[in-house]
Amino acid sequence: MGNNVLIFAEQMGGKFRSVAYEAICQGKKMAQGLGGKAIAVAIGAGVEAAAKDLGQYGADKVIVVDNAKLKDFTVDAYGKAFSEVVSKNDPAVVLLAATFQGKDLGGYASAALGAPLSSDCTEWASLDGGIQVKRPIYAGKAYVTVKFNSQPAVISLRPKVFLADAPDASKSAEVEKIDLALSDDDFRSVVKEIIAKTAGKIDVIEADIIVSGGRGLKGPEGFAVLEELAGLLGAAVGASRTVVDEGWRPHSDQIGQTGKVVSPKLYIACGISGAIQHLAGMRTSKCIVAINKDPEAPIFSTADYGIVGDLFKVVPALTAEIKKAIG
Amino acid sequence: MNIVVCVKRVPDTETKIKIGGEGTKIDPAGVEFIISPFDEFAVEEAIRVKEKLGKGEITILSLGSADAQTIMRKAYAMGADKGVHLNDPSECQDTLAEAQALAAALKGMQFDLLLFGKQAVDYDNGAVGVQVAKLLNIPVVTRIIKLDVADGKAIVERESDMGKEIVEVKLPAAFTAEKGLNEPRYPKLMDIMKAKKKPLEEKPAQLEAPKLSIVKMDYPPARPPGKIVGEGEEAVPALVNLLKNEAKAL
Repeated sequence: MGNNVLIFAEQMGGKFRSVAYEAICQGKKMAQGLGGKAIAVAIGAGVEAAAKDLGQYGADKVIVVDNAKLKDFTVDAYGKAFSEVVSKNDPAVVLLAATFQGKDLGGYASAALGAPLSSDCTEWASLDGGIQVKRPIYAGKAYVTVKFNSQPAVISLRPKVFLADAPDASKSAEVEKIDLALSDDDFRSVVKEIIAKTAGKIDVIEADIIVSGGRGLKGPEGFAVLEELAGLLGAAVGASRTVVDEGWRPHSDQIGQTGKVVSPKLYIACGISGAIQHLAGMRTSKCIVAINKDPEAPIFSTADYGIVGDLFKVVPALTAEIKKAIG
Repeated sequence: MNIVVCVKRVPDTETKIKIGGEGTKIDPAGVEFIISPFDEFAVEEAIRVKEKLGKGEITILSLGSADAQTIMRKAYAMGADKGVHLNDPSECQDTLAEAQALAAALKGMQFDLLLFGKQAVDYDNGAVGVQVAKLLNIPVVTRIIKLDVADGKAIVERESDMGKEIVEVKLPAAFTAEKGLNEPRYPKLMDIMKAKKKPLEEKPAQLEAPKLSIVKMDYPPARPPGKIVGEGEEAVPALVNLLKNEAKAL
């Protein structure tokens, strides 16, 4: 059995994403424990040029599948390319970031290889020559520790939990380019159009700070006070389920068990009572602030700091005070 | 148009999770169980496609303990026609083994659309839809928020890491539903009555030995107790001071 770790180096528009560096750094540490190598896999169109730089994050080698047909991510085509590379290299662990792409690709590779899978892992440890992981279930209401009984194990890491080490500019990885025959059958699904995120809008998953609003905002126009604070902090604006179900905010902003699970440095909950399914989605935030007029609101039991009061007075005051504080 | 929708029975999202005695599963006592919310979007979408085309048959496929039949009847009440229950008294915790059992059952079924929720809100792996599609060698599009079917093809809108995408896919194909796809209907009393009479076939799930094991289940680490900084806007300077100097969050 192999002892290498194969890591999917996720890219967007030819540029590697920070989650790729996070995964490579962890992959390198896993490989050291297993006595193997960290092999990154870059798939896309025009990804070869930047590939050797993945060595700066710990990749011993980078396998590149560079093909104009692979410009857009589709599960079929990327899945085929990725799982062919995996099966040729017989790794102990297949590592990805638990992004949309990473989860899809992990599922495909797991099925293609008959390999066990665990998504969204938040901890890992070397154990008996293999890897054991810990991951949230029920959106974080509980955690399971998972042991794999077969190799390779397909593991995706929750973004922003494992931070990448600073790149070491003195290092460079060996690059191996692979040509892969792709047939029409690999393109049964085709991306026709990409509607990019609204310019300047920060996604809640990637944000370091989230200002989030609930029923206390009273309507879609209420979010203006949150937008102002978020704009000052470079933060994303999140929303509770009620707010999304009412149509005040798009579902992509929803935080909680049927929305997104986030762990920013700072989470400011405004007018959110703190239903259990919402708390599940944000309780791993490093610092939580709650602003609510009901002193009994459950959100206060999860928050580090709370202010009891009318958010329409407290939030603008907070914006003004932070403006003073950070100049 | 034949549509198969895979659904899973999960604890209601408002439920507090209590770990059971053996420490590797939850304690089901007092827990209300529902169709996983994303699976419910998938069921609703199947019904809307059938209504729009004016023809078709919707089959519900569910893997789980005998109780899975309760949520299958809920999908029937919404408008599904029939279903197959893959009985799994072991309550398998390995997503690959579950996907293989679903794929084995689907190999004997005719369908144009195969729908899933993007993830079951229990184990949250979000992989079964993709795994089953690969095992059946059909294309899959995940996290769809809009579905249009015509001429042996589907045009879908989906959430991606880039934002949104429009994807065209040949049928048969699998899709996983994201929130925003639709607003599931509440069944009428008459439909709930009718649902009891719709056919439900039960067979044992063909589960392989799991390739992973749950060593233990834990509660999340408790957050240190927080403090109420004060009341109203007067408390704001103290809060900013704490965020800046104590939490170092600004």
